[in-house]
Amino acid sequence: MNSLKTNTILLCEHCGDTCQNQHITLRNMVFCCDGCKSVYQILNDYNLCEYYDLNNHPGLKQTNHIRKEKFAFLDNPEIANKLIQFTDGSRTHVTFYLPQIHCSSCLWLLEHIHRINPGITSSRVNFTNKEVFIIFDPLVISMRGVVELLTHIGYEPHLSMEDVSRHQLRHIDRTRWYKIGLAGFCFANIMMMSFPEYFSDGATLEPLIKRTLTIIIVILSLPVITYCASEFFINAWNGLKNKYLNIDAPIALAILITFGRSLYEIITATGTGYLDSMSGIVFFMLIGRWLQDKTYQTISFDRDFRSFFPIAVNVLKDNNIKTVPVDQIKINDIIIIHHQELIPVDAILSKGHAEVDYSFVTGESLPVNVNKGEIIYAGGKQTGSIIELLVVKEVSQSYLTNLWNKENTSKTISAQHSFIDVMGRYFTYIILTIGAIAGGYWLWKGETHLMWNALTTILIVACPCALLLSASFTRGNILRILSLNKFYLKNANVIESMSHIGTIVFDKTGTLTENHKTNVSYAGMFLSPTLKTRIASVLNHSNHPLSKVVLLYLDTPPTSHIESFKITEHQGIEAWVDEHHLKIGSQEFVGGLMPHNGKSNVAVSIDSQPIGVFHITNTYRQGVFDLFKSLKRKYTLSLISGDNNNEETRLREKMGNDCVLLFEQSPYDKLDYIRYLQDTKKEKVLMIGDGLNDAGALKESHIGIAVCDDENNFTPAADGIIHASKISLMDNILEYIKSGKKIILLSFAISIAYNIIGLFFAVQGTLSPIIAAILMPCSSISIILITFGLSQLFAKKYNLVNSE
Amino acid sequence: MSAIILLLLVSFGIAVVFLVGFFWSVRDGQFDDDYAPPRRILFEDKEEKVS
Repeated sequence: MNSLKTNTILLCEHCGDTCQNQHITLRNMVFCCDGCKSVYQILNDYNLCEYYDLNNHPGLKQTNHIRKEKFAFLDNPEIANKLIQFTDGSRTHVTFYLPQIHCSSCLWLLEHIHRINPGITSSRVNFTNKEVFIIFDPLVISMRGVVELLTHIGYEPHLSMEDVSRHQLRHIDRTRWYKIGLAGFCFANIMMMSFPEYFSDGATLEPLIKRTLTIIIVILSLPVITYCASEFFINAWNGLKNKYLNIDAPIALAILITFGRSLYEIITATGTGYLDSMSGIVFFMLIGRWLQDKTYQTISFDRDFRSFFPIAVNVLKDNNIKTVPVDQIKINDIIIIHHQELIPVDAILSKGHAEVDYSFVTGESLPVNVNKGEIIYAGGKQTGSIIELLVVKEVSQSYLTNLWNKENTSKTISAQHSFIDVMGRYFTYIILTIGAIAGGYWLWKGETHLMWNALTTILIVACPCALLLSASFTRGNILRILSLNKFYLKNANVIESMSHIGTIVFDKTGTLTENHKTNVSYAGMFLSPTLKTRIASVLNHSNHPLSKVVLLYLDTPPTSHIESFKITEHQGIEAWVDEHHLKIGSQEFVGGLMPHNGKSNVAVSIDSQPIGVFHITNTYRQGVFDLFKSLKRKYTLSLISGDNNNEETRLREKMGNDCVLLFEQSPYDKLDYIRYLQDTKKEKVLMIGDGLNDAGALKESHIGIAVCDDENNFTPAADGIIHASKISLMDNILEYIKSGKKIILLSFAISIAYNIIGLFFAVQGTLSPIIAAILMPCSSISIILITFGLSQLFAKKYNLVNSE
Repeated sequence: MSAIILLLLVSFGIAVVFLVGFFWSVRDGQFDDDYAPPRRILFEDKEEKVS
């Protein structure tokens, strides 16, 4: 197998990643790491290898080594009880959120975990919510045991402070299903009951049968108007209360008038009414709303800091380690943080060496070294070994929490006025005018009966429901197509706001650049293998993040023996290797004339003779420069980064000379910059960022889009979430969203054609229920087909669907 | 004529049965997750052979 290595790419049996030079072979299978191998072994031991038969490489890479005591806090009954939904002593119900669930293998494995431990009675996966519901016997296996079992097979439950503080059982809203079902039922049956009347000329029907049918029709229409259509009335009423006429108001009016007039006709026995048309409209509008509001249950757009935080931390009290829920940490407690753990509170380092990765909070791409006595802010992640911290602020008081809770109100007000509402309003005015003219005409002619007829039927036939239908179906389909491109929007209103964007603000680290991936280039004298070994040997003794990056780049084993190693804090390192004096560090420290640009450089000299510099640059995501090229013609671009200005020249070149590039910006600076753009310059801002450092800015901007490498990762609150690999499609997406408005207008124009036909009869006062019953479904269905077809066509034009 | 009425009532009755069935399935949570159930049914249960 090894001899073939040069031309075959070895794929890990578990996760399907290409195996690096150090892979593990077990039987005939290759694994990229120990984590993957141990998952395989567990599954193999319990005869669960069907997991691998259902899909190729179904696993996820087991990158993080899980500390043995990580879930010790679940032994604390106070914490564990908060997770339990129900228990009777021998059966405990619990639901875990497992963001790793992604395929049918996951489904199969998680529903067969009872084979691993008989203490688990049953487990059931809700795939859409990425949840597993487990019933276990607490006498056989503890809560901690269940969590550890899931972790061992590669599904570490996401346990956060939020899970514990909010009520466990998520309420699933199914009312819309009931409403659609009921409206469809009533619509179809009223239609059916009306047929004898329509086709028999009204005269041939026996009076008794006729009366029975009408009574059934009225009874069937009652749930439609009281239950199914209730949301239109409620929305309209809420709008009116705020002195705002939204699209629901004319619709509610039309429904009420249709119902009232139909009842009047039926009671006075002058006609059969338009109850079938009315329930049909309600039915189609509900379907449209359902499509539009179909939310992505797995993706949460309104996360707050609590979902990022661990449930509990280890607190050192009188030489005993105790797990304490995060919100009960007090000032002056000493907490213990392990490798790869998030620091939940602002604290002072009291023991150990901290290398804190603040990329989440500040956007800096490299970990920061923190010395004893210095403060560490909440939100940082320890990347070094175990440390002890003295708490200076409680969770609710920390810097991060304050940033999150900073109030902003400007957005909620401006987002409301949708063009659909505005058009609906004009539409209503026009219809009312036509109604008044027609009614006035008949009144002048002295035909009072026809006046009422004309007035009401005009309102019935010209209900702006066509506008609402075209809007909701178009938006629904746009949302669907965008989600196929891994771009998820919070709701349909975002589509419209996005089409008015004028300025796009980017964050750099994590948004434009790839996370934790740096690009090292070397400039200077040729590096011979011996020289490489010498440099590597010196670097190997340094903990500085830059040293590690260069060491990785050199890819040479540090085998030389070094002497008199010395670190100058924040400057560099020096040592004697094979009778040579090596100095590695900043330009000032190493000395000598060398090309100088930016900060992230590592200079090297031997015996005071400069040899070269390693430039450490970010790796940009694929396609971002092309994206800039197409975007800068249409929008004002700018960039705000928490990182240093190393990349300024490169970015300036790509983004154009007139764009604003700001570096070393704190989260507050970012927020203020967005405010400045929106309030002072009156720009409509689209902010694209990631991480907590952008959280304030994302919230403040008109549209905030969070970038993530994995939809399951935790992203700050935003209006939309885009998968990092799709960020280069941003230009197409924006164009596509703009075309949505065209589609709505076009389909609306078509519905107006239907309206004119209807109005032709209505102004004459001769709109019969049968014409209404034909026109209504025709216009609704053609609008649905047109909006769907056009949005699909535009998606193809902008390369957002596969042309199959 | 009364044949039509009879037919209407029968079909109405059938429709009611389906409506109740629909409500039942919604209440049962069948519309909550549209991925797992169609796949779950395809899994072959090899459990008996194993043990």
